Amino acid sequence: MSGLAIKLRGAVKRYGEITAVDGLDLDVPEGTCVGLLGPNGAGKSTTMRLLTAQAIPDDGELEVLGFRLPGESKQARAELGLAPQLDNLDVTLTVQQNLLVFAHLYRIPRGERPAAIQRALEMARLVDRRDDRVDKLSGGMRRRLLIARALVHRPRLVLLDEPTVGLDPQVRQELWALIDALRSEGTTILMSTHYIEEAQRLADTVMIMSHGKAVASGPPAELVVEHAGSEVLEVYGPPARLAEVEADAGAAGLRTRRTGTSISILGYTSGNGFEADGERRRANLEDVFVLLTGEEIG
Amino acid sequence: MAIAAPRRRLGRLERSALTGVLVRELVNYSSYWRASAFSSTVEPTLYLLAFGFGFGSLVSTVGGYDYVEFVGTGTVATAVLFSSAFPAMFGTYVKYAFQRTYDAILAAPVDTEELVSAEALWMAARAGVYGCVPMIVAMFFGLDPSWGMLAVPFICFISGYGWACFGIMTAGFAKSIDNFSYIVSAVLTPLFLVAGTFFPLDGLPEWVQTLAKLNPLHHCVELVRHAVFGWEGWADVLSVGALLLFGVLMWRLAIYAMTRKLID
Repeated sequence: MSGLAIKLRGAVKRYGEITAVDGLDLDVPEGTCVGLLGPNGAGKSTTMRLLTAQAIPDDGELEVLGFRLPGESKQARAELGLAPQLDNLDVTLTVQQNLLVFAHLYRIPRGERPAAIQRALEMARLVDRRDDRVDKLSGGMRRRLLIARALVHRPRLVLLDEPTVGLDPQVRQELWALIDALRSEGTTILMSTHYIEEAQRLADTVMIMSHGKAVASGPPAELVVEHAGSEVLEVYGPPARLAEVEADAGAAGLRTRRTGTSISILGYTSGNGFEADGERRRANLEDVFVLLTGEEIG
Repeated sequence: MAIAAPRRRLGRLERSALTGVLVRELVNYSSYWRASAFSSTVEPTLYLLAFGFGFGSLVSTVGGYDYVEFVGTGTVATAVLFSSAFPAMFGTYVKYAFQRTYDAILAAPVDTEELVSAEALWMAARAGVYGCVPMIVAMFFGLDPSWGMLAVPFICFISGYGWACFGIMTAGFAKSIDNFSYIVSAVLTPLFLVAGTFFPLDGLPEWVQTLAKLNPLHHCVELVRHAVFGWEGWADVLSVGALLLFGVLMWRLAIYAMTRKLID
């Protein structure tokens, strides 16, 4: 970790009356994977657009790979790769042609292009589909191709905007393996997601966003212990009973979280002045998220 | 896996960025060239045949030329318009609104100025080729070859660049694809009709003739005719100047419109 790949200080982006990113500070150390976790509308995608200078901040300082944005964004973009949330592949072209176009756009020298394309195809496990048109690929393959396209020039930094949204669990696992491989090779990754498990499994550091702001940041395990304790008591029952438990827990100074048919008592340890019948479980990132933002997620 | 890239400042209108966008167009073109060539050349050619032989049977000569020769050279400008302004309007809109192609390109080291310039260059190159088709067809119906015809692709290119930028600008300012109907009906059709393609403008009221001098399509028609039948000195220099001015003006406006559209 020699420095910061991304440094945001007080970044603000407004769209009319709406403040999509509201004074965001973000540090992404080189060689790490940072996850932006938040529900739809939290400002994750706008943050990604700020980093590629497709959105210009109204305020704040942005630095990517040592280049100040938006003035030096072109240099920064030459050294980063973006896999967007929405598929923007050329669907009438083949897999290989899509990569070839971006090999040109990323200024890969002519002699190095075939090897670069081959390497990206191998990483995304699309070698045997190289001559297939994109509109013949499955959703998971297209997502892998989006990531391969972002990797074709061997970027120092990869931005993954909701890399697995809308994919079935099996395909999601495949993509996690691909992202994990990138991470283990030392590529810096900034990944936005609204899947708790994705952030917990892949990110070294998670930043929880809500309404354009960072509400907490740190390694997932530390965030959980800091905000939700180590254990949670899950109490099930009719609404009246849950309301009663909630009031008792509040009186004992414990924080609670409603989860539909149950109530979660955070930071629960027996003998701390509150007792109830329920199931004990380990606290998780979802508890932290709901606690800090008041919103359900994923 | 990351490799350190050389830290050099990337400037404006870089050749590698323009090439990258052009390569994308070229690779894509391989999948749709038949439809594109058909729509850009067949319609002007039909105009040529319909007017050339329809009116040609009533009017044998215009301005000292056989009518089919007059129309054959005039519809070159029509082909330029059809192969630049129209695909630029619709293609640009589809690429940013539906396919999100420009979002992908702008995430690479390419800026809006380079993107617009390369897209316009590509459509101008196509206009340079497609524009010649009506003239070539007219040669089968009696238009005599001349050395000046070699200049026609260049005239089409310059004119096509301006019209492509016009189309990109229109798409950039459009709030919906339906807005194009206004542009086609209120701007392109009148300009197309008073370009001197199908009839000479001498017979029109003086004020229409004056306005026609501001019509880039008219300058394209005039230049093509003069290239084929004989250059007319300073008048042609002025026409080239008018086309260049139109191109530069539209180019800057297209960049402005697309920057507003693509960069939040």
